[in-house]
Amino acid sequence: MTTTSESSQETQKAVPLVKLTDAGKSYGSIIALSGITLEVSAREVTCVLGDNGAGKSTLIKIIAGLHRPTTGTYEVEGEPVHFSSPREALERGIATVYQDLAVVPLMPVWRNFFLGNEKRRGPRMDIPFMKRTCRKELLDMGIDLRDVEQPIGTLSGGERQCVAIARAVYFGAKVLILDEPTAALGVKQSGVVLKYVLQARERGLGVIFITHNPHHAFPVGDRFLLLNRGRSIGSYAKEQITRDELTGLMAGGGELEALSHELEAMGGAAATAAQEMEAEVQELGLGQRPPEHPG
Amino acid sequence: MSQTLQSPVTPPPASDERVGRASSWARLFARPEMGALTGAIVIFVFFLAIAPSIRNANSLSSVLYVSSTYGLMATPIALLMIGGEFDLSAGVAVTSSALTAALFSYEFTVNVWVGIAVALALSLAVGFLNGWIVVRTGIPSFLVTLGTFFMLQGLNLAITQTVTNQVASPNIADIAGFETARKVFASSFTIGGVNIQATIVYWIVFVIIATWVLQRSRTGNWIFSVGGSAPSARAVGVPVAKVKIGLFMTVGLMAWFTGMATLFQFNTIQSGNGVGNEFVYIIAAVVGGCLLTGGYGSAVGAAIGAFIFGLTNQGIVYAGWNPDWFTFFEGALLLGAILLNTYIRRRAELAK
Repeated sequence: MTTTSESSQETQKAVPLVKLTDAGKSYGSIIALSGITLEVSAREVTCVLGDNGAGKSTLIKIIAGLHRPTTGTYEVEGEPVHFSSPREALERGIATVYQDLAVVPLMPVWRNFFLGNEKRRGPRMDIPFMKRTCRKELLDMGIDLRDVEQPIGTLSGGERQCVAIARAVYFGAKVLILDEPTAALGVKQSGVVLKYVLQARERGLGVIFITHNPHHAFPVGDRFLLLNRGRSIGSYAKEQITRDELTGLMAGGGELEALSHELEAMGGAAATAAQEMEAEVQELGLGQRPPEHPG
Repeated sequence: MSQTLQSPVTPPPASDERVGRASSWARLFARPEMGALTGAIVIFVFFLAIAPSIRNANSLSSVLYVSSTYGLMATPIALLMIGGEFDLSAGVAVTSSALTAALFSYEFTVNVWVGIAVALALSLAVGFLNGWIVVRTGIPSFLVTLGTFFMLQGLNLAITQTVTNQVASPNIADIAGFETARKVFASSFTIGGVNIQATIVYWIVFVIIATWVLQRSRTGNWIFSVGGSAPSARAVGVPVAKVKIGLFMTVGLMAWFTGMATLFQFNTIQSGNGVGNEFVYIIAAVVGGCLLTGGYGSAVGAAIGAFIFGLTNQGIVYAGWNPDWFTFFEGALLLGAILLNTYIRRRAELAK
């Protein structure tokens, strides 16, 4: 696996796996997204950062093949594409791991792993093969499950996320789109998921990592695209930006200050919150101790 | 089983101090059908103790026969419930199918097999319609099939009345093809002096097929997934609508089969039959471990649930009680089974 992707990597270095140029999407008169340029190559993690309503999910839907961009172009490995369904995108190796992960909690891990892509021998499923493969693929990602027969709902949020990633990788993904994989996770579990993001990169995949958390994005990202209200508010390579700048841009220093004034005007407990918030804005400016690097 | 599979690959990680070994008791009782099996044994011992006349092979054979008439339908209903849907029309659909075959062959004086074929087409069409409305509109199947339940019940009564001026289908025993049809659907044979109805054998065969489909086939994987989480199943490419419509049509198919087995057993069928049976099927499936919310259950469990019903139904008679008590037991069984299942599952989960 590693060797083949390495050789193909050499030849494809110049051509990004996924490239959006000046892409936009409008629903009737509502412009959800406009002027977005994004690319991801093999062995690269592109982070898309933005708050709620910034247009992240519209962007995912375009890349995943659920929507076509109304303006701009979409290229896969240098070829313009017009996907009309997620299945077409999947066939080109673009796999999306959604927030709800598309797993069935009551079903065993191995059944979930192969759901929709069951390996069959004649009319029946090749169950020993599927169990063995599921175990091995998870082990390759560094997840040592006690029992692939356990319902996937009994795994922790981070483990479930990793099963979904391992599944996408096994079924031939070249590009992984991860939709807020750390949003519902605790600190430690987030670290585990970030480790697998890096692992997927090591294995030669391109990763598009959607998040609203700059602390999660910065350690793993090679490029950063910041969205706000459907527009790009900046696109940086890792060496062009520091963690604090990224955090500042994300927090939208000005907006935060406006909010704190608003809260202050309400008085009482809200005023206390406002003071804390202001302190935070200050702190962002002063910089902070970088959190432990995961993995 | 999974233990033996795992050990050669890597040693089971005993490193996690929070994970103790599940006791074999807990493992056993985590299976969906174990609650039903426990209940069946308890009830069986109970009737053996109080009703001496049940203690012979012929009585047991008739218990199994009654169980099979419930079990033939409880099997597809269990599959449907695992797939996340209900069918309240299943009870009267059996009667509709039998009436169609009987009235069609009688009214048009054609070979019984023509009537049987028409009944099959009708049963599959009803199943398709139920499924199609459910997947197209997203209306809960509970409501959709409640509608078809009343429609079929009305049709059963009204059409039978119009055609025959009676509340039952005419006796079809002298129509061409009856003898062969009876051999296929309602024969019986004798083993060691015990008379055994063929429906018992059919029931067991269908349970085996359903279990194989659920556990070993891709279709089974899909059935569990559409009941467990339809959006997730759709996202990974499972044809959710096809699976659900297929399940409703399987219920239709088995309603046809059960209708034929009943018709050729008794030569005639009452147009008001079947009302209330839909709940018996659902209770049998639930007693057997099917979750009302879908995604979990087993065909063997539903079979044990049907056996409990057959046992109670006949046991009351053998014990010399008034049969009116049967519905009381139906309700008590359902409640008891749900409480027992909940208790056992919670114990098993804690023990893990």
